[in-house]
Amino acid sequence: MLEIKNLRASLEEEGKEILKGLNLTVEAGKVHAIMGPNGSGKSTLSYVLSGRDGYEVTEGAAELDGQDILEMEPEERAAAGLFLAFQYPVEIPGVGNMTFLRTAVNAQRKARGEAEMDAATFLKVVREKAKELKIDAEMLKRPVNMGFSGGEKKRNEILQMAMLEPKLCILDETDSGLDVDAMKLVADGVNAMRSPDRAFLVITHYQRLLDHIVPDVVHILANGRIIKTGGPELALEVEKNGYADLIEEAA
Amino acid sequence: MALPQAKLTATQERLAGLAMPEAAGWSALPRAAALARVQAMGLPGRRDEYWRFTNPGDLIAPDPHPSRHHPTQKTPVFHEMDRVRLVFVDGVFDAAASDDPVLAGVEITRLAEAQDQNIHWAADLYGTLEAHGHEPVERPLAALNTAFATDGVLIRATARAAKPVNLIYLNKSDCSDAILHHVIKVEPGADLTILENGPAAARFNKVMEVDIADGGTFHHVRSQGRDHDRRAVTHMFARLGRESVFKSFTLTVNGVLTRNECVIELMGDHGVAHVAGACLGDGPDFHHDDTVFITHDAEQCESRQVFKKVLKNGATGVFQGKILVQPGAQKTDGYQISQSLLLDEDSQFLVKPELEIYADDVACSHGSTCGAIDETALFYLRSRGVPRAEAVDLMVLSFLAEAIEEIEAEEIREEIVTRLSRWLSRHRG
Ligand SMILES: Nc1ncnc2c1ncn2[C@@H]1O[C@H](COP(=O)(O)OP(=O)(O)OP(=O)(O)O)[C@@H](O)[C@H]1O
Ligand SMILES: [Mg+2]
Repeated sequence: MLEIKNLRASLEEEGKEILKGLNLTVEAGKVHAIMGPNGSGKSTLSYVLSGRDGYEVTEGAAELDGQDILEMEPEERAAAGLFLAFQYPVEIPGVGNMTFLRTAVNAQRKARGEAEMDAATFLKVVREKAKELKIDAEMLKRPVNMGFSGGEKKRNEILQMAMLEPKLCILDETDSGLDVDAMKLVADGVNAMRSPDRAFLVITHYQRLLDHIVPDVVHILANGRIIKTGGPELALEVEKNGYADLIEEAA
Repeated sequence: MALPQAKLTATQERLAGLAMPEAAGWSALPRAAALARVQAMGLPGRRDEYWRFTNPGDLIAPDPHPSRHHPTQKTPVFHEMDRVRLVFVDGVFDAAASDDPVLAGVEITRLAEAQDQNIHWAADLYGTLEAHGHEPVERPLAALNTAFATDGVLIRATARAAKPVNLIYLNKSDCSDAILHHVIKVEPGADLTILENGPAAARFNKVMEVDIADGGTFHHVRSQGRDHDRRAVTHMFARLGRESVFKSFTLTVNGVLTRNECVIELMGDHGVAHVAGACLGDGPDFHHDDTVFITHDAEQCESRQVFKKVLKNGATGVFQGKILVQPGAQKTDGYQISQSLLLDEDSQFLVKPELEIYADDVACSHGSTCGAIDETALFYLRSRGVPRAEAVDLMVLSFLAEAIEEIEAEEIREEIVTRLSRWLSRHRG
């Protein structure tokens, strides 16, 4: 599903290299977790994959279902099935949540040559999914993420993911800022979407999320590279011992 | 004081081409007085402080700049609304194209026909608010209008009007130089909505004087668009009585040179005056100027100015807005915001926000910002699959929302948003 080969990326302005030859393969139907110290490049990876400005890819490749995505516009990547749940979801004053969601759903459908979702169906589907995530109707009416609490923003990301039904879901610290119950809701939302033709890349600092969303593979990202790959037990090891040993071992 | 020679010459040259109507009736006096004002003030020039950001050249030249094309009006704005249409073609009332001017609680008379009729209220009002509006800043083009208006409409509302009156302007000839003067009186407790749209003429000078009595309500929604050659100066003079309400919104797109002045005086306690504008400019030929002057002369009044401009490809937007709080106008609540969204570095926004306060117990605020599209928000929208152009449109609409929300009628608000969206999709890139 996702194939990253020797990816090197720098900050466009400062020229500082953040991703330093990163290799990663995520198969369809699997959940991969990425853990790693602060500043190791986890969010940068998610931004480079989703096409944010400000990063320059100097080497390597990234393919989604065999398509080279690095040359695509962000909206094309989204239409191709990539979704990023932001570490810091963005507030957009004046743009209604519903308008935004509907525009996004239909833009993607249009880009894929599918029929648009009619207003009534859309409303019905949103309401159902919002209910599952305990997002109330009043919140849906507000401008995108405006006045949402940290946890509400994260749940709103999952709602967008549920509406857009992407192939590859990248979750960047979706668990941070969530209370225990909200984490369960989000995990349930993610688990409900697990399917043989969808993959997840879950970036997190904590084992706790991985109790709910059990990963197939765990990677450790440090200093712009994947330095170790293992099973769920690797997350437990990090939880217990931190990264120091792992980093030393890799050096 | 003698006028500078250049100003004197420009004024004389312009006046030479104008004539007052022969049978001006009761309007002869106010017209003569207005002419004397013009002669004393002289027409605006580039050196005038009040015209620092806008070159009045095309507005005062002896002849209008010809308009190159005459847009079709197949589906004009407001066309689906139930309203009384009054149509002016190149500045002349067209009865055949208009609806019967019949509306319960509202008297409607054409200026050109009213002058020899005994219409006291209009005779008292014509040119009065304009004459009053030169203090402390002169507005010579408004005085010129009072002196030489060829037509217009006199509207008196004595009750709640069941539907709006729509002033529709059409431009059919290349060199029309239209001067229209409307006089509106809203009697105590009456409620009137005026809609205005359409390209008026190659050059357009319009004055609307609105006198709102105690407890009266006046709404005004105007759309300036379609006429890509528009060169227009408009003045709205409003006087508000106790507990009266004035709300005006203008949408401006296209056009070459537009100066919309709005001069409001809150004379009775608890009056409310809102004036708002949304403007979209594309290209180096676009120049739009909103100039507002609100005077608080009574207690506990509220005024709001909300002006938003989206400019691209070298367009220019101007905002000059002032809140003047007179001694004794306690508990004034004055708000002014002027913002622009510049979609590129070639466009510019020139502002002069002013507050002048002579009362001690007031809450007044003003703010002005000039910014670019929020790239983070743009990326967020695109990452959800919304194409760049559509995402920019969404953000532009959201930027304009605060101004559009000033329109009270939902039906009109939606119409304006629809128009805006279409304009945006035609002007991508
Ligand atoms: N736009 C930017 N300008 C300057 N530095 C940046 C920028 N983006 C990323 N960096 C730097 O790149 C490095 C990697 O940042 P990144 O956000 O990818 O880390 P992370 O692994 O997601 O960390 P965290 O766990 O704290 O979220 C950091 O040192 C960060 O300061
Ligand atoms: Mg991060």
